[in-house]
Amino acid sequence: MSGLYEEIREQPAGDVPIRRVSLTVNGEKRTADIEPRLLLAHLLRQAFGLTGTHTGCDTTNCGACTVLYDGRPIKSCTMLAVQADGHEVTTVEGLAGPSELHPIQEGFKDEHGLQCGFCTPGMMMSAKALLDENPDPTEDEVRWALSGNLCRCTGYQNIVKSVLWAAKKMQGQSAG
Amino acid sequence: MYPSRFRYEAPRSIDEAIALLQQGGGEAKVLAGGQSLVPLLKLRFAAPELLVDINGLPGLDYHRADADGTIRIGALCRHADLERSALLKSRQPTMAAAAPLVADPIVRNRGTLVGSLCHADPQGDWASVVTALGGYVVAQGANGRRNIPMADFITGPFENLLGYDEVAVEAVIPAPKGTPAGGYLKLERRVGDFATAGTAIALEMSGRTVTRAGIALTGVGGATINATDAAQSLVGGPLSADTINNAADLAARAAQPRTDHRGSAEYKRHIVRTFVARILSRIDQSTERAA
Repeated sequence: MSGLYEEIREQPAGDVPIRRVSLTVNGEKRTADIEPRLLLAHLLRQAFGLTGTHTGCDTTNCGACTVLYDGRPIKSCTMLAVQADGHEVTTVEGLAGPSELHPIQEGFKDEHGLQCGFCTPGMMMSAKALLDENPDPTEDEVRWALSGNLCRCTGYQNIVKSVLWAAKKMQGQSAG
Repeated sequence: MYPSRFRYEAPRSIDEAIALLQQGGGEAKVLAGGQSLVPLLKLRFAAPELLVDINGLPGLDYHRADADGTIRIGALCRHADLERSALLKSRQPTMAAAAPLVADPIVRNRGTLVGSLCHADPQGDWASVVTALGGYVVAQGANGRRNIPMADFITGPFENLLGYDEVAVEAVIPAPKGTPAGGYLKLERRVGDFATAGTAIALEMSGRTVTRAGIALTGVGGATINATDAAQSLVGGPLSADTINNAADLAARAAQPRTDHRGSAEYKRHIVRTFVARILSRIDQSTERAA
C-alpha cells in the first residue's frame, strides 16, 4: 500500500524527527514510526492496513473517517496520528470479529442502510458511540447523533432505521 | 491532502508550552482541538514550523462556576462537554443555546471553546456568545497572565491579540448581577456548514427590567460584530414589542453582510433582524410567565 506513510519512510524528513507512536487499535497494541504531519486516518489505512476507515472529503465535512478515540467519535482526517500516542482507537473493523456481525452491521444489512457504502463505516462508528451512551434512542436522537455524517446517496431514512433496528436488537440481547 | 512539514511538541506543563512558543519565535502555533487548525494545515493556508500540542496539559478541561457565579472555561473544555453541561443549562442560557449548534456532533467531541475564540473566524459561534456576555480571554505568557476583553480580542478575520508566546488558558464569563436571560440562533444550510448568519443575545434582568444587554452577530462581517447600539437600546426598561423591534432594526443595521453563495446581503440582514426579535420575544414571554 502506497501513500504518505510510505513516502515519508522512504524520504527522511530532514530536521523533523520521526516519532514512534504506540496506540491500541481495536484492542491490539500497534506501533509505528511516523512524521508528525501524518493524519490518524492515514496511519490507520496505510500503516495498519485498516482500510475500513474511509477518507471522503478530506475537509472535515463528511464524517466517513469517523473512528472512536477513547470511546468518543472523532474525524480521523482531522487529527494528527502522533496525537493518538498512548490512546485507544476503535475502527469499523473493531466492531465485531471477522466472521460475525455487530448488531449495528446487521441492522444496516437488514434495513438496507447502505447504497454505495462509502459513508457506512463512519455512520456505524457514530451509531456505536450513540448506542453506548443511549441504548434506547428516539428517531430524533439518532438523526441528531448522525448529523455530522454525510451520505451522498442520501440514504438517510434507511440509515436511521438501521440504527433503531440495532438498538432494539442490542436491548433484546442485554435483556436476555 | 496532508500538511506541510512541521516539528511537533507535546509539552506537559504551561511553562514548557510557553518556552516552546518563545523558541518558535512567531513560527509556532498552539494545537488544542485542532478542528479548525488541522484543516488549515491540510489546505496549507497555515504552515507553522512548530506545533505545540497542549492536549496533554493537565487540568485545563474544566468548565465551572465560582461561588459568585463567574463561569470559567478551560482551554481543553470541548464543545461536547458544554453541550452536555447541567451547569450551563441551569445558569447560562446563551451558552446553553449555542453549544449544540457549534459545528457537528463529531467535531464537538474534539473542538474547544477557547480554540474557537482564538481562531477568530467571523463565522465562529463562541466569539459572538462570549462577546455578548461581556467575557474575556485569559492569556498566559512568560510574564504571567493578562485578561483580554472579548470585544477587543479579535482584531480581524483569523486575527487576535495574543502574543506569539502566549497561550489562551481560559475564557471567563463575569458573574451576572441580575438574572441571566438570552439565546443563540444560527441559520446554516446544513449541520456543520458555516453560519449564513447567527445572533447571540445575553441579557441580565431585574424583574422585568433589562439591566445589562449584549448582542453579537456571527457571519455577517469581517469579524464578530458587537452590536452595542442594539444592546444599549434595551437597557433600563422592560422588553416590549416596540423595544424589541427597535433593537432588531439596530442589530440589522450593525451587520455588514456580503452577498455570497449562502445568501444576499439583504437576506442575511433580514435573518439578523428576525433572530434578534425572536430571541427577545421568547425572553419576554418567559419573564411574563414568571411574573
